[in-house]
Formats: sequence, structure tokens, C-alpha cells
Amino acid sequence: MDFQKVRNEVGNYVFILPAVVLFFIFSLYPFFKVFQLSVTDWNGINPQMNYVGLANFKDLLTDNPVFWLSMRNALNITVLALTLQNLLALFLAFLCDRDIRGGNIYRVIFYLPPVLSGIVVGLIWNWIYDGNYGLLNHFLEFIGLGDLTRAWLADANTALLAVAVIHMWKGFGWGFVILLAGLQSIPRELYEAARVDGANSWVVFKKITCPLMIPVFILVSILTILGTMQIFDIIISTTGGGPGYHTEVPITRILQTMIGASKFGYACAMGVVFGFVLLAISMVQIRVSKMMRQV
Amino acid sequence: MNNTFKKIFIKSFVLLFFLAGCVGQSGRNAETVTIWHWMSDRDDAFNELAKRYTEETGVNVKFDLYAPSEIYSQRVKGAIQTNTLPDIFGVLGENQDFASFIQSGYVADLTEALNAPMDGATWKEAFFEKALAVNEFKEGNPHGVKPGIYGLPLDVSTIRMIYNKNLYAKAGLDPNAPPKTWEEFMEHSRILKAKGLPGFVSGFGEIWMLDALASNWAMNLMGPEKVFATYEGKVPYTDRDWIKIFALFKEMADEGVLVDGTVTMVNKAAEQTFANERATYAFNGSWCVNVYKGMNPDLDYAAFLPPLISKARPMKIWGGAGSSFVIHEASPRKEAAIAFLKWLTSDAQQVYLAESTLNLPANKNAVKEISPILSQFAGNMDHVVHPNVYPVHEKPEVREAFDKGIQSILIGEKTPEELAAEVQKVKGKALKR
Amino acid sequence: MMADSTDINYEKLKKRTTSFFIHVFLILVSLSCLFPLWWAFASSLKTQQTVFKDLSFFPQTPHWENYYLAWTKADFGRYFLNSLFYTVAVVVGVLFIASMAAYAFSRLKFKGRNILFLICISTMMIPIPGSFIALYVLLNKLHLIDTRLGYILPQINGGLPLGIFLLKTFFDDLPKELEDSARIDGCGRFRVYWHIALPLARPALAVLAIFVILAVWNEYLLAMLVLSDKGLMPLQRGLMVFQGAHITQYPLLMAGIVITVLPVLVIYLMLQKHIIKGITAGAVKG
Repeated sequence: MDFQKVRNEVGNYVFILPAVVLFFIFSLYPFFKVFQLSVTDWNGINPQMNYVGLANFKDLLTDNPVFWLSMRNALNITVLALTLQNLLALFLAFLCDRDIRGGNIYRVIFYLPPVLSGIVVGLIWNWIYDGNYGLLNHFLEFIGLGDLTRAWLADANTALLAVAVIHMWKGFGWGFVILLAGLQSIPRELYEAARVDGANSWVVFKKITCPLMIPVFILVSILTILGTMQIFDIIISTTGGGPGYHTEVPITRILQTMIGASKFGYACAMGVVFGFVLLAISMVQIRVSKMMRQV
Repeated sequence: MNNTFKKIFIKSFVLLFFLAGCVGQSGRNAETVTIWHWMSDRDDAFNELAKRYTEETGVNVKFDLYAPSEIYSQRVKGAIQTNTLPDIFGVLGENQDFASFIQSGYVADLTEALNAPMDGATWKEAFFEKALAVNEFKEGNPHGVKPGIYGLPLDVSTIRMIYNKNLYAKAGLDPNAPPKTWEEFMEHSRILKAKGLPGFVSGFGEIWMLDALASNWAMNLMGPEKVFATYEGKVPYTDRDWIKIFALFKEMADEGVLVDGTVTMVNKAAEQTFANERATYAFNGSWCVNVYKGMNPDLDYAAFLPPLISKARPMKIWGGAGSSFVIHEASPRKEAAIAFLKWLTSDAQQVYLAESTLNLPANKNAVKEISPILSQFAGNMDHVVHPNVYPVHEKPEVREAFDKGIQSILIGEKTPEELAAEVQKVKGKALKR
Repeated sequence: MMADSTDINYEKLKKRTTSFFIHVFLILVSLSCLFPLWWAFASSLKTQQTVFKDLSFFPQTPHWENYYLAWTKADFGRYFLNSLFYTVAVVVGVLFIASMAAYAFSRLKFKGRNILFLICISTMMIPIPGSFIALYVLLNKLHLIDTRLGYILPQINGGLPLGIFLLKTFFDDLPKELEDSARIDGCGRFRVYWHIALPLARPALAVLAIFVILAVWNEYLLAMLVLSDKGLMPLQRGLMVFQGAHITQYPLLMAGIVITVLPVLVIYLMLQKHIIKGITAGAVKG
């Protein structure tokens, strides 16, 4: 064997060594622990825990409709976030990428919602959506759509959507920052060359910007999926999962099972199943994006 | 080429090592009594009391705050796993969790200490009976815990109905005659509605509020025996009486008694609504007195018992200890911990705590000069019962289906009959376990 | 094309109109983002009684003393340096470790590269509910409970998946020619990474720094799990005193929030300047 080559490869590992060490200590152990607990009936307190095999998983997969309903709710919000939130982020990043007047000010302003504390977000949106004194209802009455007024967070038809809007509003700033950085990384020369060739904005966007941005799109959409599927703090501060189960999401279910019902082992099984669902969705997303690149 | 990032890197590393050098491990005194708690608004008062105790006795006491309560619970559970529980802590959660803590040997039995004579009386006598009862496991309790008292209450709270006298007068109703029965309640609500005045608000988004109200009414309508029989699985939720309880909520929804949005309101939002006179009725705990006082000192309101469904029985409401401390069974400083808690729950300290944290004290003698409205909440503890003292408990998953189902009724998605069948189905599954 | 290209006025008008609508749109979005911050600020100048009653744009009698009260009651002076230290430590750690790993995943060849990358990314996906208790047990074993290191290391680890994913995406897009020529000039792997790749990835590093700073600055759950000594606690611990189980002191809390948000915004303002079209220009100069 070539000594030089081995040395070379070992040298390459040095680059990932710190990350791998931290990963092995701080990620693997909790991971392992959760898997281990997911096959027990541990209540989180008693030192004694009984091995129950796959009973938790069996119950979860066959007899827990509320968990799957919560999964569907989170998926619905995720679909909205993937489309509306990311399109908004992209559009704003696109506008700020051009040398627009006041571009720097906008850049700062769009990052405000992510920076703001969840407490403020909860208070503000509870006020906006309030049934009697809410800003949204006032606005609707003002523009003559008084028929639409309602308590937005308490109405079965609008609660999930209302929560999704808060989430998207709070989240688009993240995507905006990443997409802007991506757009700025595209060499200007490419645009100039295209312009010289007489291509209009749309063609430039389709032929130059899009293909180069595909990896960034993948990054942003994966982060959006993970961030949105794991939504819960907004829900706790607005609807608490109600009315009924209309705004329940997987994390609120897991917390309720773990803390409310003291079924720690079962909650861990939920976490494992949820993790696999996230993994699957992310893989599908990467596949779809890569296929789009080929088109 | 500009190397800003490199510079930042290097500078930061220098800073890092410099600062890391300053990190000194705080030496921990072996004789310090350590207390873990989650009550962020009482942290300052606790620390002040700890200081006073050290001055008086020379014993060091250290309060560590871990808030919010969710993270506190996680830390306690982590401490169980690593055998690092402090000398004094609090158990949050359901009665079954408390039982589990005791049975696993983490919580000391305080019965003996409470019954030991102290200044001519016993320590036990200082407390409101109902406040101690929450921390007591009686003979034949459903969890099989050895009978005894395992926790010490710091304060008491009760959950009652309240009404806005001012709005009552506006509606032409007698501001000193809140409704006594369900019929009166509905009639008054109709009058309020006709006058364009707001209705009833509560933090129904936090479903335990719904649970409390529904439970009050169920106990009143069918009596504890039948409710407990339901918990044991001997009476189904499809029973006529349970459907009647569900129907009460449907009636409220149909008549538009509730303030819009109540069904998903968190309690703090509901309190804002009532404090700003956007609701005439509320169902809330005694802590609300201080919340309202802070937000609207002029608010003119009074407490009353939830309207009776049946006149055959008195109305009982939930109440008891607000928060309690327990002592770690394996603590080497058990005696010192008990001594400190004795001091903490004695008159002078309870008065200080009550004044500085605006809570109702658990010590009877400390309740001397409290506002009339607060005394309405605390005054008559005869009507008070706490689910912890029930001989049987409903399973959490059944309770959730029950409370969430009432939310569905309130938004007109389910009928009482449908809900009854659904809850019974969940109950059936829970009984099989 | 229908429009006459010589009609300058028409072109100008079209451009102006587009620009007008773009700005209207941008301003509307901006207002929605500014509104909560304004609300928090205005509320911080009110009293507990007026905070939900007085909905004026700016309170008539602003209670500026709320800021003094918030600062002293929350003991921010004590926590500020701690937060600064944690933020610097975690950001430096994440940027350094993640950029090395991302560079390796993007440029260097070694066995198990793809699978390691995949495992790393998937740590973002399992929201381990019991992980806090497991983490406590782990840190206790390592004797890191109630130490700065015990608070910093898990946060660095937490930032790594995002950091590696983000930086790899950007490294993949960078032109390789510069690195190749540097290598021909006899630069070692590390020098190529440090002198060529890192400066080129400046916008991505800035983005990552922005995200990590915000996360660390706003962190308090982990602090509550790991730390107990008040002298080690971060800034967010101060805000706890305004949020009781039942009573929230809204004006003081809002003042506290405004105080804690400002540094993040200032740092963002400084860092976002690095999200610029520097790539090609830098490459030519380098």
C-alpha cells in the first residue's frame, strides 16, 4: 500500500475529527438512550423500567389516531411554509439582491421576526386574532368584509391556518438571509453576459439563477421542513393544540405524553417514529429537487 | 486579501482562554441545605429568607431556581438518574407522579415531624387542613403508598367563578346577587347578551380549567360515588348524567354565553380579558386577585360558587396547596432541611412570603389582614376539595379525551352523545391496560 | 415586441411603476415586521395597568424608568458578560469545527464521506424528547454540570449539523481553480482551507454566525438544565424574574426584551455587511 496515500487520507480525517468527537459524545449517547427507552414502559421517575418490546411502536402505529392527526397538521403547515413562506423569502431576497434603494434597511427589518422573543410574538398575534377586539377583525370590518370576522384561533376552520401564518411570518427571515447569501454568491459576470445576449429578467432567472441556486434551495427547504414539522412554541402560546385536536402537532403530543401522562418510554417511541418520518420527508425532498435540476 | 475572519478567530481564541481562566468552580459547602424550585416570581423572596435564616442560625441555605416548570421537571428527573437530588425540592405533576416519587424512595415521610410537639402545639396545626391534605396519602390510597404526609404546602389556592359587578349593574341585574343555579346563570347570561354586554371567559385553552369546571358540575350532579365509579370503570361515560354534563357546555355554546375565542384561550389571555372588563364572568384561581389588581385596580368584582346543576348536593370547588416542598429521603442533611422548612412555614416567614409574593399563605395564622376579595377565595375552605385526595383517579388519556371533547362541543363539532361514546371508547382501551 | 423600444418615456414610466409597486410591497412587509418591535417598545414604556388598555402609538407619559428597573431587577449587569462569553465561545467553536468538516465533506476524499455526512445531517431530525434528561446524565458523568464548558459544548454540537450543511452547500458552489493553483504552489491542505476557502466562504460564514449568535443569545432552557450557580447564568435568566407562574410584569418584561434584542440587532447589522457580492472580486484579488 502506498504510504503517502494513507497519510493523505488520515490527514483528511483530521478535518472532521473535532466534529466527529463532539458528535459521538453529545449526540450519540442521547440517541442511544432514546432508542433504549422506547422499548420500555418507563414513567420517567421510577428507577425500575420494564422491557415491553415493540408494544409502544405497535400501539403508536395501529391505535393512536391523534398522533397521526398531529402529524398531518404539521405536514399541512409544512406544505404552506415550503411554498408561501419560501416564495416570499425568495422574492424578497431577489429584490434585495438587486441594487434597490434602502436595500440594507430592508435586510435588517426582515430579520426582526426571527430575532423577536416568542413571548412578544404570542402576545401580538393573540391580539391580532382576537374575536372581539382583534386587529384582523377590525380591518375586515373596515374594508367591508365584516361577515368574515371570527375568533380566528378558536374556529375549527381557521385555527391551523392562523397558526401557520404566525409560523411563516416568524420564519421567512431565516430563509431570506440564506437565499440572499446564495444569490450574492452568483458571479455578476454571468448576469452581465446574459444581458449582453439580450435575455430578459425571467430568462436570466430561469437559466442562470435557478440552476445555480438549486443547492441553496435544497438547504432552505430541508431547514424549513425540519423547522416546521417541529413547531410547538407558537402553538403552546396561542391555541394549546385546540380547539379539540385541530392544531395538535407531533411535539405537543410528545410533550403531553411525556410530561402530562408520564409515559416516558412511549414518548421516546413517538420521538423515534417522528424522526424517521422527518428523515423520509427530507430524503424525498432532496430527490425531488435533484430531479428538478435535471429537467 | 483581507483576513477579517482570521483575525476574529484568533482574537476570539485569545479572549476565550483569557475568560476560561477566570472560571472558578464555586466551592460547595458540605453543610449547605440546597433547595431546587421553579417559582421564578418568588426567587428574590426565597433568597432574602435564606439570608435571614443564615443570620439567625448560622446554617447556610441555597435556593436554586430552574424555570419554567417544564425544564425544572426535567432537571429533577435527571437528578434522579444521577443520584444528585438536592435536600429540598418540589414534585410537579399528577398525583400518580408524586406517588411514584415516594415509592421510589426519593421523598421523606414527614408525618412524624409534623406531629411532633412544637411550642405547645404541633407543626401540623399551623397549616390549613386542606392544604396539607393534598400532600397526604391516606390508608388504602389507589397507588398503594404508605400512609403519611409527604410534602409541606407554601400557599393555598382555590378555583372559583367570579363576576364583574359593574357590568352586572349596567345590565340592570343586582350586582350583589350572582347566579346560584344553572338556570339563573343562563338567564343572567341572556340578559347580558341582550344588553350587548360580554359573557363568560376562562382559560379553556389550558384544558385543566375545563377539567376543573366539568368536574365541579359532575360532582354536584351525580355525587362523588358515581363519579368515582365512572373512574373505576363501573359506570360508563355514556350514562345519562355524563351526557347531561356535556350538554351544559353545548347549551353555553348554543346560547353564545362564552366570549369569542374562549375555547382556545390561554389563562393569561383570559385574565387580560376579564381585567379589562371584556367579560362579565370568569372561572379562575385565587391568584387572579393579584393579576387583576396589577392590571386594573378599579375592577369591581366578587367571587361565587359555580352555579348549581342539582340542588340535592352542595357545590364543591377545587382547592388546596398551590405549591409544596418535599425533602429528599436520602439527604444527609435531612434534619437541617426539616428545621429550615419549619422555620420557612412559621408565621413570620409566611407573612413575609405572602406579602412579597402576593400569594395566600398555607399557614392559618398568617392569614390575618387580607383583602375581602382574597378572603372570598380563601375564607371558606369547607367547599374545597382537591383531586389529589380522591380515592380513585381517572387516567390522563381519558381526561384528555374528555376535556378536548368538550372543546369540540363548544365549537359545535360534536354532540354530547357523540362525545360520550368517544370518551367511553378511550376509557375502554385504558381499562384493558 | 409590441412596445416601441425608442419610446423612452414609456420605458421610464414602466420602470418607475414597477419600482413603485416593489417598494410598496417591501414597505408593507417591513411594517408587519416592525409592528411587534414597536409594540414591545411602546409597551415597555407603559405601566402594568395601561399595557393592554392604552393602545396609543406612543404612551403619553412614557415610563423610561422601566428600563432602569428592568436592568437592575433582572440583574443584567451580572449576566451580560456571561452571555457575551458563551456567544463568542460557541460561535467560534461552531464556525471553526463546522467549516473544517464542511470543507472536508465538500473537497477532500476519504472513506465513509457520504455516510458520515448523512448521519451528521440526520441528527437535526430526531427531536429527542428525552434528550434533556439523557444530556443531564451524560454531563454529570463528565463532571460538567454547573460548568461553563458543560453549557458550551452541547451548544457547539447543536450548531454543527446546520453549520456543516450550510457551509458544505456553499463550498460546493465555490470555484475550485483558486485552490488548485494554490496547491500547485505547494500549499498544504490546511493552508488552502485557511487562506483560500475560508475567505471565499465569507458570506456563508456570516450567515452561520448570525444564526448561531441568535440561538446562543436567546438560549435559556439548556442553561437551566446545566447551570445552577447564578454567576454562570446567561442573560435570558434575567428575564425569568418578570414571568411568574401567574403574574407577568409586562412592561418590565418588554423593557428587558428590548434590552436583550438590541445587541443581536447590532451584531446582525455588522455581520450582514459580509453577505455581499465579494466572491469574484475577492477571488481576483486573492
